[in-house]
Amino acid sequence: MLAVCLIQTQACSSRSVKAATVKAEQDRKPAPEFALKDADGKTVHLSDYKGKVVLLDFFATWCGPCKIEIPWFMEAERRNKDRGFAVLGVSMDDEGWEVVKPFLAELGVNYRVVIGNDATAGMYGGVDALPTTFLIDREGRIAAVHVGLASKKDFTDGIEQLLQNTAPAVTLNNDGRPRAE
Amino acid sequence: MQTKIPVSIREGYHVNSNTPSEEYLIPLKLTWTSTGALEGGAVVYPKPALEKFDFSDGKPISVFMGNFDLVASFKVAANAPAGPGIAAGKLRYQACSNKACYPPKTIDVSVPYQVQ
Repeated sequence: MLAVCLIQTQACSSRSVKAATVKAEQDRKPAPEFALKDADGKTVHLSDYKGKVVLLDFFATWCGPCKIEIPWFMEAERRNKDRGFAVLGVSMDDEGWEVVKPFLAELGVNYRVVIGNDATAGMYGGVDALPTTFLIDREGRIAAVHVGLASKKDFTDGIEQLLQNTAPAVTLNNDGRPRAE
Repeated sequence: MQTKIPVSIREGYHVNSNTPSEEYLIPLKLTWTSTGALEGGAVVYPKPALEKFDFSDGKPISVFMGNFDLVASFKVAANAPAGPGIAAGKLRYQACSNKACYPPKTIDVSVPYQVQ
């Protein structure tokens, strides 16, 4: 396993991870596309992250459980941003940047945050309970959903499993050769 | 005069009290929008509970749970005409369970009265 890690282009863990909360590939549905503004007024699309593993976190500044999870996500961003991973926060604060910017500054949030809206929340199943967090694989599919405060281990294991899936799934013919797409 | 306004929080949930433990928490708050022939006075909230939750990082937070009453005081205006009326207000709250929080909501409150 170590020899394989040395010649791969991305860093890899010495252990193979299978997170309990991550769906099998055939059960993952595409994550809905959105266009939301970040703190600099730039429009952010989910498709901008194609090829990366994304942790999409719906949160609010008045949400206690969200404040517990956000430092975990900051750590995940620090540890994995060079492995094709990104955290994207979606604030559901009605007051917008007026309250969100100071909140992000106070916590030292090191990842991109956009302001969400009811339409986007609706596309993601009607996000009402916060935090609601989605793990999205490199193909833009929802691999896991956590509603409410989850465990740090659920996130770290889920992220690691999705990061380790660097090669697309290969379907073999009966003769053992890869099927042409 | 005083009137009780009953509030009922579903089991498994709580709302922040009117004096939350942290600045970022949204308090329970009753405000009057129109009181007709009455003049709205103070609102008395019950004594809150201090409870720990999975997300409170070991610290107790100031909340209301279960059934409780808000006590609203009114004065009859000096030139109030006799007859019925309604004092209308808004109750703002923000609820959580042990693991998740829900958007703040505002509901209508109405108190019918009769000036004699």
